[in-house]
Amino acid sequence: MEEVLISAIEHWSYCERQCALIHVEGTFEENVFTIRGAIAHERVHSGEITVEHGVRVVRGLPIWSDRLGIHGVADVVELRPEGPYPVEHKVGPTGRHAALQLCAQALCLEEMFGQAVPRGALYSHGTRRRVEVVFDAALRAETEAAIAAIRAMIEEGRLPPAPNDRRCRHCAQRDVCLPAATGEPARLRALQRELFTLPPDEG
Amino acid sequence: MRELLNTLFVQTEGAYLSLDQDTVRVEIDGTVKLRAPLLNLGAIVVFGRVMLTPALIARCAVDGRSVVWMSSTGRFQGRLEGPVRGNVLLRRAQHLAALDETRTARIARQIVAAKIQNSRQLLLRVGRDSEAEDRNRLAMAAAELADILARLRAATELNVIRGLEGEAARAYFGVFGRMVRVDREELAPDGRTRRPPRDRTNALLSFLYALLRGDCQGALEGVGLDPQVGFLHSLRPGRPALALDLMEELRPSVDRLALALINRRQIRREHFDLLPGGAVYLNEAGRKVVIVAYQERKAEEVEHRALKEKVAWGLVAHVQARLLARYLRGDLAEYPPYLAR
Repeated sequence: MEEVLISAIEHWSYCERQCALIHVEGTFEENVFTIRGAIAHERVHSGEITVEHGVRVVRGLPIWSDRLGIHGVADVVELRPEGPYPVEHKVGPTGRHAALQLCAQALCLEEMFGQAVPRGALYSHGTRRRVEVVFDAALRAETEAAIAAIRAMIEEGRLPPAPNDRRCRHCAQRDVCLPAATGEPARLRALQRELFTLPPDEG
Repeated sequence: MRELLNTLFVQTEGAYLSLDQDTVRVEIDGTVKLRAPLLNLGAIVVFGRVMLTPALIARCAVDGRSVVWMSSTGRFQGRLEGPVRGNVLLRRAQHLAALDETRTARIARQIVAAKIQNSRQLLLRVGRDSEAEDRNRLAMAAAELADILARLRAATELNVIRGLEGEAARAYFGVFGRMVRVDREELAPDGRTRRPPRDRTNALLSFLYALLRGDCQGALEGVGLDPQVGFLHSLRPGRPALALDLMEELRPSVDRLALALINRRQIRREHFDLLPGGAVYLNEAGRKVVIVAYQERKAEEVEHRALKEKVAWGLVAHVQARLLARYLRGDLAEYPPYLAR
């Protein structure tokens, strides 16, 4: 079974092509947003174990699920008495895409610790707030479906088409993706016709 | 598009380049002449007897910054290549396309069509400001290129495409001298000569093409394509066939720069060395003029029609390498070559 990186889930949820460029094509371009994320994670992924309010907190914990064939690193896991509680740090939005990634972490932690992981949190660097996420049946099913879809894409070496919409504006993979070319076949066809047509003579 | 990084050119014999923190330090005769932050450098190009420390070379390899060695006469000698980058799926797609006669011919035809369009545009552009006889001859060559383009449109065999490319190059270089306006007797070429160039204009073109070739090869490697596996150019050990392919669309832009340098008298007869027997090369002073002009040209923005975006001319090779990668990976119906306009 092809291993899937947990971080691929958020990429896939945001844009299937972005996910394929990173995880099928093996490209990774950086821009100001990815660098901000990397800097934020440098602090989180220090690997240290601390005790906060009587709870052991592990930063940068390697996690995996043999059942799902996924692995990655969790930003923060609080080892609470009732079970592990993952906290994912986000520089960008803490919406559905991030929730899927967090849920995948929960599935790993359940397998690793043999304990139920019903909840976790997304921490936003922008607002400095935590948003709690409940891992209900629907989110779990969606997460497992995403993992299966990513695996299929990697195994086939498939590259979905560019959406060429507002998502592309701040995407770091834009220069590799070339949405203005790959996402506009009609315009490219017109350009192709012009290649063999003479411009109105300037001579 | 990504930022156009600077290229550090060093052509002083005996210069010593070393790594100093995150900068490159250039010493000449024991004196530090320059400290350049590596962050701003996309490539280092050295001519002749210039030394680089192992630490600097290793750092450039790791960062993916290219180091290009040129002979003191400006002939390409070699490039530093770091770990194999990029995507094995892309390289395999490239190799499969190269084995497929239909796809090879299609890519080659796209490249040749753009080269003809771009060459023809230069002939007409220069012709507009030329005297009647030159204008007529340039227009006749442009008409010949138009005829070749029409035949190319229906060509599906690689050999036919290559033949048409040769025909177009002969028509174009047959009148190239008519675009030279100053000291025509001394500067103007009689067709294209190389290995070695036998007149001043050809010496200038050869040098500019060597700079362009280094950039094209770097662009291909940066994108993860194999610079040796070409489509228009056949495979030969040691030949960067795909870099030569990529150059074709960009040669007319460089030709235009060469003509501007000559016609504006920025490059003059004292910038060349004439060797016994007839070979002609740019000398150090001449190369300096050309390098500065080439760098300025690279920073100029052009409209890239396939991207619908303005990009620095110096990035066009990168863009084309990426478009080719997208075509090879099945994202585009045809490889869109660069049309200067």
